Amino acid sequence: MDIAQNILLTIMTAATPLLIAAIGELVVERSGVLNLGVEGMMVIGAVCGFAATALSGSPWIGILAAVGAGAVFSLLFGVLTLSLAANQVATGLSLTLLGLGLSGMIGEAFVGSAGIKLASIQIPGLTEIPLVGRLVFGQDPIFYFSLILTGGVAWFLFRTRAGLTLRAIGDNHASAHALGINVLKIRYLAVMFGGACAGLAGAHLSLVYTPQWVENMTAGRGWIALALVVFASWRPWRVLGGAYLFGAVSIGQLHAQALGFGIPSQFLSALPYVATIVVLVIISRDRRLTLMNTPASLGQPFVPDR
Amino acid sequence: MKKIVFALAATLAVTAGTSALAQDKFKACFIYVGSKTDGGWTQAHEVGRLYAQEKLGDKVETVALENVPEGPDAERAIERFARSGCGIIFTTSFGFMDPTIAVAEKFPDVKFEHATGYKTAPNVTTYNSRFYEGRYIIGQIAGKMSKTGVAGYIASFPIPEVVMGINGFLTGARSVNPDFKLKVVWVNSWFDAGKEADAAKALIDQGVDIITQHTDSTGPMQVAEERGIKAFGQAFDQIQAGPTAQLTAIEDTWGPYYEKQIAAAIDGTWKGGESSWDGLKDGILSMAPYTNMPDDVKAMAEDTQAKIESGELHPFTGPINKQDGSVWLKDGEVSDDGTLLGMNFYVEGVDDKLPQ
Repeated sequence: MDIAQNILLTIMTAATPLLIAAIGELVVERSGVLNLGVEGMMVIGAVCGFAATALSGSPWIGILAAVGAGAVFSLLFGVLTLSLAANQVATGLSLTLLGLGLSGMIGEAFVGSAGIKLASIQIPGLTEIPLVGRLVFGQDPIFYFSLILTGGVAWFLFRTRAGLTLRAIGDNHASAHALGINVLKIRYLAVMFGGACAGLAGAHLSLVYTPQWVENMTAGRGWIALALVVFASWRPWRVLGGAYLFGAVSIGQLHAQALGFGIPSQFLSALPYVATIVVLVIISRDRRLTLMNTPASLGQPFVPDR
Repeated sequence: MKKIVFALAATLAVTAGTSALAQDKFKACFIYVGSKTDGGWTQAHEVGRLYAQEKLGDKVETVALENVPEGPDAERAIERFARSGCGIIFTTSFGFMDPTIAVAEKFPDVKFEHATGYKTAPNVTTYNSRFYEGRYIIGQIAGKMSKTGVAGYIASFPIPEVVMGINGFLTGARSVNPDFKLKVVWVNSWFDAGKEADAAKALIDQGVDIITQHTDSTGPMQVAEERGIKAFGQAFDQIQAGPTAQLTAIEDTWGPYYEKQIAAAIDGTWKGGESSWDGLKDGILSMAPYTNMPDDVKAMAEDTQAKIESGELHPFTGPINKQDGSVWLKDGEVSDDGTLLGMNFYVEGVDDKLPQ
């Protein structure tokens, strides 16, 4: 039965970067800002995390560097779209473009160098429990953090006053402004939180998933995270469900191929996308609830003195 | 969305590349599907370009454009190169075949070289490497080294080139272990380290103890190292990613070919409509050092390599059956190149249904 545990571990590893990046973007979008630069921030996080780890020898410093780099990089987006009210879609796309190019440049010296893997947790006596030991007590720290992050964000958004303020800004920034809330300040914080999360997701790729640096190593995962947020109708636990479903079908289809069932591999490769969309659309079919959860001023620039 | 981004990047790169160039030098241009530093397929081409540049010195100016996606964007990128004064353009991925032919029709004075395809034109020559020779050798090693008798193969796209590699590998393995089996997983991507690693994990979980790949990243090699099984490097020596896992690697050595063809283009002896298909004996592919294996296996691999180089052994020599058990090659019969280049069937022992 060790194989079941191995498969579940592989699924969780595949889902974790998607989950972290999507949760970050969820907070950004809940505040009414659409940042399409997730892929770019993620790849910047991946390269900075790898580089800092290689230079310092400690993956923890790498993680800090990735989180910091993601946040700083997202600030660029913040200045352009919030202070200068530039178009969010165009700015987000350029952020991805810039991130992919910049990361290639930063990472040139690190291509092919041996990576340092962030060690998984080992608790003597517990990690060795058959069937579930490694699942519950033997994963990498970022995995545990991703669960705390999801719960924390869900609690923050729906159980705290600050979360209510953030959602209010996302729904109607003019009214929030009229109430005396500093819209831009909170949006800046949200954007930087999204950047930090994307950076951490990137670090997971280059320090846990495949401990190495190669150009474009995010391979579209930032876009999948973006899509997850929308299909999960901006709700944290649904994002988690979507990320795990996507991971499970992705890994499941690889196993189906290796078993040699003879199902066309092109169909199997498309399956994670199809399955995730179908399931999330079905659970989000309550239109009233979906409308309630959609940030009404998503993507609209806000200029306070207008 | 990604495509838009790549298209923008491609356009910018071409514009930037051309303005900085001197007018009088002959210009050789390269289009890559991946990044120059992918540690695999594209990096091997980049090494080849730099080799040719160094050998030919100031007779030539070489320019490369990386991360060009296969499909319509490729046609635009190739056309920009053709317009910008490139004398010869190397398009280095199978999926650039139709775009190359389309652009070549519009620019009859520009010379085109397409890697691994099968379509030529008066100004389009194709070049390829007999990768299956290397795959036969690594298959033999796998046949000797595997305890379970099952290997895993991480494949990219179901094109003849990849199918030929799978068949070459399994034919080699079966030459030393007639019951050898092969599991194939298609990731439908040339380059996605994470997905390739996931495929490797899935294969290992299902009991293979040796993996090989026809994708471009070192992800699977890392997984092999971590799980303590053996693997083969692809296109490039990947020993750094798997110091105790890599048995050997099939290395692509395009440099001498690029030097020869660019020199021919400069002095006017270049010919279009040709198809070059060299192998181990010509040095266009070579084997990385045989490591992490017992001496007798190493000796066998070296012996096989010598036999292929001398022409004594052709990997696809009968008797070989197709997957359904019907006869493909009779005893002693050698496959012709045409069948290999258009290969659309598995040999016996592949545990997969070929996607059509």
